[in-house]
Amino acid sequence: MKARVTVTLKTGVLDPQGKAIEGALTSLGVEGVTSVRQGKVFDVELDAPDEAAAETALKAACEKLLANTVIENYRIAIRNGAGKAAPGSKEG
Amino acid sequence: MRAAVLLFPGSNRDGDVARALRRSGAEVSTAWHADTALPEGTDLAVLPGGFSYGDYLRCGAIAARAPIMDAVRAHAARGGLVLGICNGFQILCESGLLPGVLMRNANLRFICHRQSVRVERADTDFTRGYEKGQAIDICVAHGEGNYTADRETLARLEGEGLVAFRYSDGEGRVTEDANRNGSINSIAGIYSPKLNVLGLMPHPENFVDEIVGGTDGKAMFDAMVASRAA
Repeated sequence: MKARVTVTLKTGVLDPQGKAIEGALTSLGVEGVTSVRQGKVFDVELDAPDEAAAETALKAACEKLLANTVIENYRIAIRNGAGKAAPGSKEG
Repeated sequence: MRAAVLLFPGSNRDGDVARALRRSGAEVSTAWHADTALPEGTDLAVLPGGFSYGDYLRCGAIAARAPIMDAVRAHAARGGLVLGICNGFQILCESGLLPGVLMRNANLRFICHRQSVRVERADTDFTRGYEKGQAIDICVAHGEGNYTADRETLARLEGEGLVAFRYSDGEGRVTEDANRNGSINSIAGIYSPKLNVLGLMPHPENFVDEIVGGTDGKAMFDAMVASRAA
């Protein structure tokens, strides 16, 4: 089973890297950018009997290591074996 | 005093801190990250500076989950001393032994310079050699030293007197200019509630010998050794 874990900074946590990227985009002439927040994406492959079990394992992975929940949120999107998007996920 | 310096892949200040401890009279051994116990009779566990696991994921995140950290947690729970310097402070925060988090410096630069910090209290096993309010001359070298914590945690740290050091000028004035990494309330180091765990970004081990231009770090090692003399 394949899954994508997205870790982002919580609202209100200062993101100096995002700010620097935002400034660079503006100086490159990319118009209309009003805010950039930097995050992390983990593409995970795992053996699990079903999606619920995979979600439980990935939640543990996020809580124990992938995210620092003091400053970060995480989102788990599970994709089925054929690599198609799981219901509710926009990732394919 | 028996000190154990923890070694993670990517630690690089272990030799300096071991030398500083020996100069102050400690017996020093090394504990490997994959070990499950600290050496017999350890009084002080030291998490040295460096770049454990190449700072992958988040600084200190992977080291904080190493097998030896369970032994460090048990040691701290028994009242044993724990000192985390720079990357060691990051590891202590990631492991939950200290609250809060060290984020990328606000100016996005790696900073490496002499720095004064104000000693917030001089009644702990780490700081008895200083005076309260004294500005000590020390060094910083880090890219992620911008301390932050949620409002409740910060209120607790301040309310219970758990801030150990603040970035200051040479006279001990805590100014915006002196706070080069953007840390909230200019925090350079914090204690655990029982004052036996200290994490700090500055490197006291840099300044224990006149030959390198400063000795203000030595009193910290002397105090730790004196606290567990015998």
